Amino acid sequence: MKRTVPLVITFIVGLVLIAAMFIPHWPFTGLDSKFSIFYDVIAVFAFILGGGNLLKVHLSRIQNRRRDWKYSIVTVSGFFLMLGAGLLKIGVPGGWTGDYQADGSLLKYLYDATFQPLQATMFSLLAFFVASASYRAFRAKTKEATILLLAAFVILLRPTPLGYYLTFWLPKPLQFLHIPNLSTWIMSVPNMAGQRAIMIGIALGIVSASLRLILGIERSYLGTEGKD
Amino acid sequence: MIILESQPILTTPVAHAVGVWIASLLTLMIFSFLYKDNPFYKFAEHLFVGISAAYWMTVAFWTTLIPNMIARLWPAHMGGVLPAAVGQPREWIYIIPFAFGIILLTRLVSRIAWLSRWAMGFVIGFAAGTNFTRYLQSDFVSQIHSTMVPLYQPGATTASTIGNIFSQLVVFGGVVSALVYFFFSKEHKGAFGRVARFGIWILMAAFGASFGYTVMARISLLTGRMNYLIQWVKGASW
Amino acid sequence: MAEEEKLTIIERLGAVDRRYVFLLIAIAVIIPLVLHYATSIPTSEIVQSLFDKIESLPGGSRILISFDYGPSTVPENQPMANAVTRHALEKSHRIYLMALWPTGSRQSQQLIDEIIKVEFPDKVYGVDWIHLGYKAGNQGLINTLLSDFKGMYTTDMSGKPIDSFPMMKDIRTLRDFDLIIGLGSGFPGTKEWIQFAGDPGDIPVGGGTTAVMAPLLYPYYPKQMVGFMGGLQGAAEYEYALVKKYPKYAKRSRIASTTMGPQVTAHLVIVAFIILGNITYLLERRRKRKYR
Repeated sequence: MKRTVPLVITFIVGLVLIAAMFIPHWPFTGLDSKFSIFYDVIAVFAFILGGGNLLKVHLSRIQNRRRDWKYSIVTVSGFFLMLGAGLLKIGVPGGWTGDYQADGSLLKYLYDATFQPLQATMFSLLAFFVASASYRAFRAKTKEATILLLAAFVILLRPTPLGYYLTFWLPKPLQFLHIPNLSTWIMSVPNMAGQRAIMIGIALGIVSASLRLILGIERSYLGTEGKD
Repeated sequence: MIILESQPILTTPVAHAVGVWIASLLTLMIFSFLYKDNPFYKFAEHLFVGISAAYWMTVAFWTTLIPNMIARLWPAHMGGVLPAAVGQPREWIYIIPFAFGIILLTRLVSRIAWLSRWAMGFVIGFAAGTNFTRYLQSDFVSQIHSTMVPLYQPGATTASTIGNIFSQLVVFGGVVSALVYFFFSKEHKGAFGRVARFGIWILMAAFGASFGYTVMARISLLTGRMNYLIQWVKGASW
Repeated sequence: MAEEEKLTIIERLGAVDRRYVFLLIAIAVIIPLVLHYATSIPTSEIVQSLFDKIESLPGGSRILISFDYGPSTVPENQPMANAVTRHALEKSHRIYLMALWPTGSRQSQQLIDEIIKVEFPDKVYGVDWIHLGYKAGNQGLINTLLSDFKGMYTTDMSGKPIDSFPMMKDIRTLRDFDLIIGLGSGFPGTKEWIQFAGDPGDIPVGGGTTAVMAPLLYPYYPKQMVGFMGGLQGAAEYEYALVKKYPKYAKRSRIASTTMGPQVTAHLVIVAFIILGNITYLLERRRKRKYR
């Protein structure tokens, strides 16, 4: 029950979806469509599970007075405030039937005042670290590192006036070395070739991993409990 | 349901100004990390974790759980929340994702957490089944197909034809040699090693381009936040 | 003595506190913003292809725009959404706004409030444009929509029955759309639109992604993707193409071009950092060789 049932479910669902691609007829097309909708609905429970897990971790941290437990109070309070605002549709014009994040709703207000700036700023911090990395770690130590550096250099210069004025004077036969042209070439030729090779490699990995999962060879997602 | 019907308090100029101040202060709290880790940053970081989890849950609840599951199982009872569902036939088949969803939540209860594997089995099976075909088609077969293109384009000028042939050869050679580099079952020596070395150069050019674009992306995000702070200082709206 | 002084400067430069680097980057971004320094970028072929695709579709074509991003990448993705929407509505196409990300529906709402309602007040909701909002499921959602669009979208964003809107009457699957535009910043995003809709359904897919994602999508162009905008630069290029074709947008469609100003100065600062970092590295290496 603990291991066989999930393996059988994985096998049936995986096989039906592969079959639906090659046999686009009843019953496979119908099952493909229904399984997809089921998957979408189960995804919502994954959000709930995520929230539940977050609460479990932070409440236990508060209960046991572990390191930084006071900040866990902030997390839990923020969680309940946002959840209450959204699920109870606080301030929504039109009441229960209104849009849950319409103008005037507490959810929208909290989104604009807290979620939006926090997420945006959190990501913008990376600009500083990437600049610092450029200065400290981006060195032409080897031939390979020099190629990497030169490619990045051309890409970075492309939108700048310097990128234009450095090479605009080149004669026509050498215009392919003009930085905007060179940048386009780097993106659509060596970059594309490199990314394509990586893409093919990843695709082969995913295809083989999918087969291993469907056939029950790969079982790590089941954990170790109840192992025969 | 709590409705602030008499006066939409949260749309008043005062509420708006308070919101802008909260947003700006939270922005500064996050930026304070650049100096060093501090309690203000930790506060903002922990708040972010809590509100984002709750926001995603709320959105998923109102956009998917209610209209796509609850309303299909109990349409007659949806009048107060989703009037569009009333009168629709009940679809019992949706008891399946409902059951799987509840089973997934057993992960939170240690004693019966093993039950959640059934739902995981469905999720993994779906992901494996769809990924198998989609990756094979889009990222494998189509990529090989796109690499094998005619070198000569009818109607092109001589210069562009030479350039085009050169570029196509670099693409073809680049893809093959980078794949050779990824092949570790044979030692990278002799001709095989030289091809692999060219593959590394191609990959390095790709990583360089990625680095350049990453810098570009991060600066754009910083510009957005700085612009917000400048507007706040100027007293403009959010 | 002079040699020693030179060495000290190199060492100091190499070990400069990273907070000075942070400060310089902040200044490089703030000054052009305050001075409103804008710059326009001529359109590259890959962006022009997307523009041409929208331009070439006959009026009334159905374009699905998916908002697969959140506040973290608004500065890059929102100008793309604005430019593409202006273009599509200018050409009298019908646009369908949806989201694969929970945060996406707030961004599509922002587009509605700032662009559609303000610049195209004559366009009718449910006839010319519709707000479908977010649904859970990631790539599973695309898979569903490919076979049964209304199986997931039973109502619009406000909860009205989907069949009550004229523009939804003939929509059964994703194949009924003339173009899908995925504006994304990660998973799920433009890549998944190609894999789960474009390729299996033979539907034209275009997109706009953050600059981080852009290099990864080049292998799909031009066979599996009609064109795309990479980062803020891609958005600015689309604006350039739009203004060139429709000069009346010269004043309005400038968000990306305006924010490209700080982008340019910050790039120059980072290029200077790389050069300086390498000079100190080379001098240090020479010094080590000398004393070895």
